[in-house]
Amino acid sequence: MPHRYPNPKRPLGWMGMQRGHRARPLEWVAERFILMVSLSAILMVLLIFVFVVREAAPIFTGRMNSALIKETIPVEKMDSLSSRELRDYLELTPEQFAAMDRDTLRLMMEVKAEAMNELPEYIRDDKDARVNTTKWRYMLLPHRWTGYDSPEYIWQPVGQIHKYNILPLIIGSLKTTLIGLLFSVPLAVGAAIYVSQLARPRVREVVKPMIELLSAIPSVVIGFFGLLVMASVLQGIFGYETRLNAFVAGIALGFAVIPIVFSIAEDALTSVPRSYTQAALALGASRWQTAWQIVLPAALPGVFASVVLGFGRAIGETMIVLMICSASVVSWDIFDSARSITTTIAAEMAEAVQGGHHYRILFMLGTLLFVVTFVSNMIGGIVMNRLKSRLEGGKA
Amino acid sequence: MNGTASPAARKGFQAERFDFASFFFSGLTGLATLLILSILAVILINIAANGWSGLSWHFVSTIPKKDFFNPETTGVLPMIIGTTIRVFLMTIFVIPIGVITAVYLTEYASQKAPLTRIIRAAVNNLAAVPSIVFGLFGLGFFINFIGRNIDSLLNNPGPVWGQPALLWASLTLAVMTLPVVIVATEESLKAIPPGLREASLALGATKLETIVRIVLPQALPGIMTGGILAISRAAGEVAPILFTGVAYYMASLPHRLTDQFMDLGYHVFVLSTQSPNIEQTRPILYATVMVLLMLTFALNLVAILIRARMRKKLRALG
Repeated sequence: MPHRYPNPKRPLGWMGMQRGHRARPLEWVAERFILMVSLSAILMVLLIFVFVVREAAPIFTGRMNSALIKETIPVEKMDSLSSRELRDYLELTPEQFAAMDRDTLRLMMEVKAEAMNELPEYIRDDKDARVNTTKWRYMLLPHRWTGYDSPEYIWQPVGQIHKYNILPLIIGSLKTTLIGLLFSVPLAVGAAIYVSQLARPRVREVVKPMIELLSAIPSVVIGFFGLLVMASVLQGIFGYETRLNAFVAGIALGFAVIPIVFSIAEDALTSVPRSYTQAALALGASRWQTAWQIVLPAALPGVFASVVLGFGRAIGETMIVLMICSASVVSWDIFDSARSITTTIAAEMAEAVQGGHHYRILFMLGTLLFVVTFVSNMIGGIVMNRLKSRLEGGKA
Repeated sequence: MNGTASPAARKGFQAERFDFASFFFSGLTGLATLLILSILAVILINIAANGWSGLSWHFVSTIPKKDFFNPETTGVLPMIIGTTIRVFLMTIFVIPIGVITAVYLTEYASQKAPLTRIIRAAVNNLAAVPSIVFGLFGLGFFINFIGRNIDSLLNNPGPVWGQPALLWASLTLAVMTLPVVIVATEESLKAIPPGLREASLALGATKLETIVRIVLPQALPGIMTGGILAISRAAGEVAPILFTGVAYYMASLPHRLTDQFMDLGYHVFVLSTQSPNIEQTRPILYATVMVLLMLTFALNLVAILIRARMRKKLRALG
């Protein structure tokens, strides 16, 4: 509990000077400094948001154009364009634009017009060559691309026309995450009930740190284990065709989620006042009945919070899914492959041209991820806080 | 016991009544616990059994040539060094900031104030940001913003700071592990008996003097625990350094802050996904995983031991 220092509101004179205390001005400076530094956590969260969004901004504002064939502006019309329009047209960064003189810009416009004229015939005939694939319409809704018989959701940032439909990635993320949660939540919550309510104290003291040790295994090691060992074992048991699929990735994800769900659920169950348990036991309930009918309902919001926070962890996990499966398909079949949002960012950033549309889209996915985990973390935190203050109120 | 109690209750008081449902469901939760423990055991035993044979002095002390998939000539020395340097640099950045924040939260801030709540919420959120987003942040902020601006200030002809580097990877990891250090330090500060502070203040020490001379030395084991936990978390993380500094292969060891580096965790990823012949690389892959696990587990063990000793000492004090 916070300890009490002498009341700071009581006047001691200006920074204690009147009392002749030499250390006081230093004290004041140090206090300000400590306050400033401790704001860095807030600053970091803001910076993360601002700088991830900043790189993705042209996507959100619709100023990115990934179409192969764009309207060319004749060089003669150069003067009628505002500098902003000219910069966007030539796809220059503000610094690059500022460094160029008029003749260079003019030359660039000519080169650009010429390049458009020299595009091969088959591209110019392609109806999709004029499509700006970074528009929300093409990122969210199906589109009938040249060569396909029906409208489809396609993530394919290679070749001539980059297709950026993010639905396959969202399905991939949700699929692996849900499998991971379905596998890990019952186990972790069961173990939390056992450890906090049923186990003898000596057992508890051994088991708890061991389960928490699971969180010390780096995710790249879990991914490695899933790839080399689990994939074959699970294929042997279930006999599906694709060896590396969303199911294996989901189970491996579950390994990473178990310690989180376990420690939060255990924390919630332990914070239920002992008086509840003692009252139930005194009324003749068995240990299990007490745990199931008294403690668990009281701690239910905490268990919910543990699942929400586990979801946040699972959907943000990168290396496990990256190592186990990565083909992007639109399918809810768990024995199919899946490509999650995190995997896509990790695997494609190296190939993306800095400042290009692919690069911006990857940052847009990062923003999406940040927002999803931020919200799930907020929900989990609020639920957990309410529960704790309610239970502590009950104790008094 | 008086006569009004029912016979069943009296009996239940003497020996617990056998209840099948209770027995069954308690057993289920016990099984769940057992299953989790066996997952842990299977992973560790599998890695230890397969990794032990590949581990040798030659393996941990060799700088490999470009073809590091060859079990005869490969080694992990540059990866061990790269990982060590990056986590070491990280602790230099993260510990002062984390400790000062924790000091503010426990010693100065009023617990109900909105600012305190916002700081706590920010710390919580920072802990939940996906590691890949930290990677994007490192690329967007440290490399593209700070690095490039340094380059243009220094008039460098090509990018020196504005590219993936050891420094940027360490800073990214420092942001990521900040909550770990804050939470661990806060815990140890809270555990220090208020009597110590009061005694110091009563002897005429100022608040700052009390914190620097009395509170922080007592909290040192807790601060160390926080640092070690941060190191063990960061040592195994790959996603945040993917775009901020890790290299697939480097012929020499990193010796400048702006150099790229090789990394143990990333090497595990490379060996297991890009190997031309997985059967041939399997032994070195297991050995590399073994080295990585030994590193992180040893650090965790040290943290647990320090914490246990600290508890004992504080109990004696309290």
